[in-house]
Amino acid sequence: MEPLTEEIERSNSREPGCDSLRNYQRRRFLRSGAYATGGLLSQGMLTRIAERLSIASEAKGNDKLAAKSLIILWMQGGPSQLETFDPHPDTKIGGETKAIQSSVAGLQIASTLPRTAEIMHRATLIRSMVSKEGDHERATYNMKTGWRPDPTLIHPAIGSVICHQTEDNIEIPRHVSILSGQWPSRGGYMGSVLDAFQTGDPKDPLPNLKSYTEKKVLENRLHDLKEVVESEFRRGRFRELDKNKTLHESSTVRATTMMASEQIKAFDITLEPSSVIDSFGNNPFGRGCLAAIRLVEQGVRCVEVELSGWDSHVQNYSLQSGRCAILDAALHSLISQLEERGLLEKTIVMCGGEFGRTPKINVAEGRDHWPTGFSMLLAGGPFRAGHVHGETTHELIETGKDPLLGVKDAVRIEDLHATLLHSFGVDFAKELQTPIGRPLALSSGSIIKSLW
Amino acid sequence: MSETTIPPILATTQPPVLSQVLANERVGPGKRWHKRLLLLSIGVGLILGIAWATSPRAKLLHDTESIATRFEPSVHAVAREVDRAINAEIEHHGLVKAKAADWRAVDRRISLALIGNGLSLEETRVAEQLPEEQRTIWWAEYLLKDRRTYDYLAERWTRATVGTNNGPFLIFRRRKYVDWMADHFERGTPYDSVVRDLIEAKGSWTDSPQVNFLTATMDDADNKKPDAIRLAGRTSRAFLAQRIDCLQCHEDYLGKVHFPESDSNEKSEDTLVVAEGANANRTGQQSDFHQLAAFFSGVRLDNAFVGLRNSTPDYRMTYLNQEKETLVAFEVPYLRNLVPTEGDPRHRLAVWVTHAENKAFARATVNRMWAILFGKPLVEPLDSIPLEGPFPPGLDILADDFSKNGYDLKRLIRTIVCTDVFQRDSRLDGEVASETVEKEHEACWAVFPLTPLRPEQVAASIHQACRVHAIDEGSSIISKLELFGGVNDFTKAYGDQGDDEFSQQSVTIPQRLLVMNGSYVSERIKNNPVMNAATRIAQLASSDKVAVEMAYLSTLNRLPTGAELSAFCDRMHNTKGPARSQTMGSIFWTLINSTEFQWNH
Repeated sequence: MEPLTEEIERSNSREPGCDSLRNYQRRRFLRSGAYATGGLLSQGMLTRIAERLSIASEAKGNDKLAAKSLIILWMQGGPSQLETFDPHPDTKIGGETKAIQSSVAGLQIASTLPRTAEIMHRATLIRSMVSKEGDHERATYNMKTGWRPDPTLIHPAIGSVICHQTEDNIEIPRHVSILSGQWPSRGGYMGSVLDAFQTGDPKDPLPNLKSYTEKKVLENRLHDLKEVVESEFRRGRFRELDKNKTLHESSTVRATTMMASEQIKAFDITLEPSSVIDSFGNNPFGRGCLAAIRLVEQGVRCVEVELSGWDSHVQNYSLQSGRCAILDAALHSLISQLEERGLLEKTIVMCGGEFGRTPKINVAEGRDHWPTGFSMLLAGGPFRAGHVHGETTHELIETGKDPLLGVKDAVRIEDLHATLLHSFGVDFAKELQTPIGRPLALSSGSIIKSLW
Repeated sequence: MSETTIPPILATTQPPVLSQVLANERVGPGKRWHKRLLLLSIGVGLILGIAWATSPRAKLLHDTESIATRFEPSVHAVAREVDRAINAEIEHHGLVKAKAADWRAVDRRISLALIGNGLSLEETRVAEQLPEEQRTIWWAEYLLKDRRTYDYLAERWTRATVGTNNGPFLIFRRRKYVDWMADHFERGTPYDSVVRDLIEAKGSWTDSPQVNFLTATMDDADNKKPDAIRLAGRTSRAFLAQRIDCLQCHEDYLGKVHFPESDSNEKSEDTLVVAEGANANRTGQQSDFHQLAAFFSGVRLDNAFVGLRNSTPDYRMTYLNQEKETLVAFEVPYLRNLVPTEGDPRHRLAVWVTHAENKAFARATVNRMWAILFGKPLVEPLDSIPLEGPFPPGLDILADDFSKNGYDLKRLIRTIVCTDVFQRDSRLDGEVASETVEKEHEACWAVFPLTPLRPEQVAASIHQACRVHAIDEGSSIISKLELFGGVNDFTKAYGDQGDDEFSQQSVTIPQRLLVMNGSYVSERIKNNPVMNAATRIAQLASSDKVAVEMAYLSTLNRLPTGAELSAFCDRMHNTKGPARSQTMGSIFWTLINSTEFQWNH
């Protein structure tokens, strides 16, 4: 079996956050303070003490600021930026969508999201996402992992990276995918142990969590498994076969622990008041968002909730409007409830899909795939609330011209990933040894500084 | 008893017999009898259809004499040569090698590799009728006549050649591609010919399924041309075990990709000796990748009815640190003298890839087949065998034999199965001194390596273990559909590894929960005397001992040890009726949930 990964620290290991202007200024200030005391101690020694104090202060500060959990509202199929967060009403590309004023002065979003408009002062909006992938499967991989598909290596999804880089002591999975569709988040080269735990509509019991036999029968089965069959298989094989090779028996123990854990109740939304359930829309996606909050409360690191059906090649407006109605109630309640429960500061909510949709409306009144200038909503965590980054043109880019011409302050997928990892206090430039013998950074992007 | 009078209303509704109907001039041709005849035909058709769907076909399994029980002497000779090379390596490291494994363990390995599940109780019983020394070769030969083998191998090969993505919806037909490959494997088409067909494919993806190798790379957004870059990567990895994908973006600054120097190529024109292994190697350049990709640049799809056709190659690239775009000519990265000077670019590439002197082709194929049979390749990663070597013991012996014998995949399977290395036990007698020794044993093939089953192997093995009879070509349509649907659903829930065929990932909690508590297993071990092996064994076995032995043979393909027999006989003791079936179901559950069941060993 391949070792999971071996970390290769870069020669000049950085503390998380040492790139930021704020930290640089704090360090410079402390240094200058040390210089000011002058005389009794040598300048060099003071400099070193100041440096230590500065780094300690940054680390403490970052720990305080670092996000703890990530909730991804995954809009599979490609939501239209023009019908959601980047409307261009009454223009050639605007279609039927109207804009409404949001809670941020000067910021308008589509009228399809009236409740969301009320909480935009809590959110950070990127209107200039760009990628090179226009196929659903490849673009989904790209957005979930921060890397373009590479046939030699399967990259881990961002939730897997965060789990890999952090430690928790909970009895339920730390990476969960609710209503997971065709391409749920995977652990990739970090191992299937970091794959997202997949569940369906939270109104239904968790799959496979209850034994279908009586307790006594299950106990007998587990006893025979361990004492009769596994002990025979261990004979003459690896010393500590399970620990050093298969991890099969320990997985059985972890599975039975989870079956008996109280923390499992985090998946049970029926323990919430019905008024709260209703406020999310009381549909599978809304219930998934509510379950995500309960899981985050329990200490789960990453929860992905999927709302599919955004692929509107025909009848774009009606299809997108329908999806937006579901998203709107759930997103509004999610942000509001996170804030009410004191979780928003430590939780980042990311809402978007694999790409956007073409400015041009096709003959079937639909919009096609558009990876060049689409929107992504962030909320919570350390990001600047009420901020908008980037913009797209309301002009129709002529065929043959570079569509990037219509995007201002473009944000690459890898930059979004680097920024998210940084917000969790993860050194995204740290390289890991992959199973193909190639050292690879956690992300190849750069921090989007304007979001801080 | 008084005679019953039929009320007139009923009497009139009695259906007349056919002769009456035909005699009745009111129901003549073109009237009601036509309708009735049609209904009758449909009814008979339905009954025949159900009978056909549920009835088993004649089974090759029971025709034991038609299956060979020995391989050709030359196969044994090559296998011994491989054994000598690997044993020398084991001795060089001062390691002890394992004894020969029990025939049932070896047959299980063959079965997992070729059809994706263990042996059924029925198959084990048939094999037991043969002399013990013939059972393994007979089983391999039997499976080489079984269509299941080619369907499964084709599926594994499809992953390597087109990946596991769904591909573009309108122009990619994965099922047709798998069937095409399975047909060729079954027919024994030389493998080099199959690969040439793939690289040179033209026409429609439905009429010429090999075209799907190319259309799989086409993007929905630009469906006029296959993706030359992805095809270059696939071709070099799947057919030559050369990972040159990193050269797509930059020169090889990590020193991972080496090619024989161009000087060596020129020399080889005179001597016709492949210059691989020579010291004179150069590191890969960005141009190596794009010149290879340029071979695929002249393929176009202008008309869906015509399909793919050749057009003028036009591959342009702006290399790293260059400002201007360059028109890239097609060229191979090494052994350029093997490329024909005539023919369209893809034909030239196909000839070069499969040329007998391009030994990377045979090595790549041997490594893949070895990996399928052992669960672990000779060279890891599977698709990265350095041209300059060093090569592990046995690789070139098998590659040379494969190349000299018409790239015969069946012969390659026979040869590997025939080696002592394949038939070795996966454990040593007595306790091993330390874990590192054991790792070295696996690395040198002193023991058969432990590898986790692939998701579809777990699914198919569970299904087959819970049925008494083999589910094969001779089974009813309904049985085959049940297996097909069950495996697909289970694999989806369990999580497919995608292209990552041989990555040895540990089992996850959801996967354990699925097997422990999921309906896939519970449905197959519950009390069901018609379908489930557990119930049938509980009801029909002559004693507790026989019942436990049958449960072990069905699931783990071995007999229980004394301690195991004793423990489970205690569970069965004095049980009757449904309680006995439930106890046997629990034994099945325990065995299916074991490491031994879910790992190849």
